[in-house]
Amino acid sequence: MSDAESMMHGGFVSALDLPDVPSSKLPHHLDLRRTRVLCNSVAPDNTDTVQYSGAYASMGVDNSLRLDDFRNNFKVNVNRLTADEMEFDMVGVDPSLANAFRRILLAELPTMAIEKVFIANNTSVIQDEVLAHRLGLVPIIVDPRHFDYLSENDRPNEKNTIVFKLHVRCKKGDPRGTVKSDELRWLPKGSEFLKESGASASNTKAETYTSFNFSQDSMPEFSDNPIGVSPGIIVAKLAPGQEIELEAHAVKGIGKTHAKWSPVATCWYRMLPEVVLNEDIKGDMAEELVKKCPASVFDIEELANGKKRATVARPRACTLCRECVRDDEWERRISLCRVKDHFIFTIESVGALPPEVLFTEAVKILEDKCERVISDLS
Amino acid sequence: MEHASFGDERNATFGITEEDHTLANSLRFTLNQDPRVIFCGYSIPHPSDAKVNIRVQTTGEPAREVLKDSCQDLMLMCQHVRGSFDKAVADFKKNNSSNKQSSKDMDTD
Ligand code: SF4
Repeated sequence: MSDAESMMHGGFVSALDLPDVPSSKLPHHLDLRRTRVLCNSVAPDNTDTVQYSGAYASMGVDNSLRLDDFRNNFKVNVNRLTADEMEFDMVGVDPSLANAFRRILLAELPTMAIEKVFIANNTSVIQDEVLAHRLGLVPIIVDPRHFDYLSENDRPNEKNTIVFKLHVRCKKGDPRGTVKSDELRWLPKGSEFLKESGASASNTKAETYTSFNFSQDSMPEFSDNPIGVSPGIIVAKLAPGQEIELEAHAVKGIGKTHAKWSPVATCWYRMLPEVVLNEDIKGDMAEELVKKCPASVFDIEELANGKKRATVARPRACTLCRECVRDDEWERRISLCRVKDHFIFTIESVGALPPEVLFTEAVKILEDKCERVISDLS
Repeated sequence: MEHASFGDERNATFGITEEDHTLANSLRFTLNQDPRVIFCGYSIPHPSDAKVNIRVQTTGEPAREVLKDSCQDLMLMCQHVRGSFDKAVADFKKNNSSNKQSSKDMDTD
């Protein structure tokens, strides 16, 4: 333990005995407050970040942003990556930025989702509007970057709409049936339902609800990669004799408008927990400490003389439940902190795009926002 | 979008439409880290309006230029984040494809 640390945790030390503070470096106790959230048994303390550039001006410490410093300090480390989930550490970034990425992932990254449902027949017990809502929430597995937004005056065409068809029937005498999302069939040529009111007998081609110029499966990105939906989701139940026939039109949108367009099931971060033992914890006390922690953060190490000492073996597993600091005497022995600029970021994709692509797209969106402000100001 | 009193470019409020905490809080961070900024903060006048006001007061430079620089900084930071992230993912994929069978279903992009 260094001088400064023992001062922090020990008793009173005269100011005259303090070592000189080297300029351009913060003294330990201030640096601790700058970089850590202190998780005391009563409540977390010191939760805000010091953003103002001149916060430590009187100590000769510059708190302003230097891009080179940011570049040197910023680190990313991937812990886990699968087709639809990833966890990574992001170090050296302010919470405002980490939160911006999280907010964009949740609410501002576009995906495709069913927006209009044309119901030709529905004799099931599920009402039309409930059925339409359920269909809207079914994730569509397609890269939204191949599509445009459908604006109010646009006709739905092959660049902005995906059409699915659902036609299921439960025959009389059959057992009750379950309709799953797998039964949604992609119609690459667009809608098959004819518009009634048009009465356009003069037109050679009868009008449908979409006007596709060509079939979507002739597009190179979909030719050998048909558009599907997330399988296995229960959409409705049918009793014998009931039938559902409908057409669902998916368009591009963002999670801000409706959560069905959110590309992530969820996306969150937590700050890195830090558990520090302020004194050696030995013997029975060590056993007690290991038993206290529900996340098994602590381990016991055997010392050479046959004694036992507690160690912090798995600080990342700490959930900050604060069980270990509940008693006063234990609060003195253990410091629980969170590192303010170390984020453990988790992204769970619903399947349209892999999680690592989602994150880069989110960062790009924040860049676009800045660009827009710059061009507005110029 | 800029509201400043005539002849005093150092202090201004910028109203940005179609934005929320996502951009405003990030910009507040970069602005606060700029030594030329004396004060900055943002507010959302009404939760139903898609609009934020960002207040910037500087030591002498026009607030508009300082805000522009901050946007520039934020963009550069984002680019660096993206670059580091892509590199970390590529490294992870490389390390894991050599010792894992299941790496095939990870290369979905
Ligand atoms: S706060 Fe809870 S999880 Fe963390 S070390 Fe203490 S007892 Fe374990």
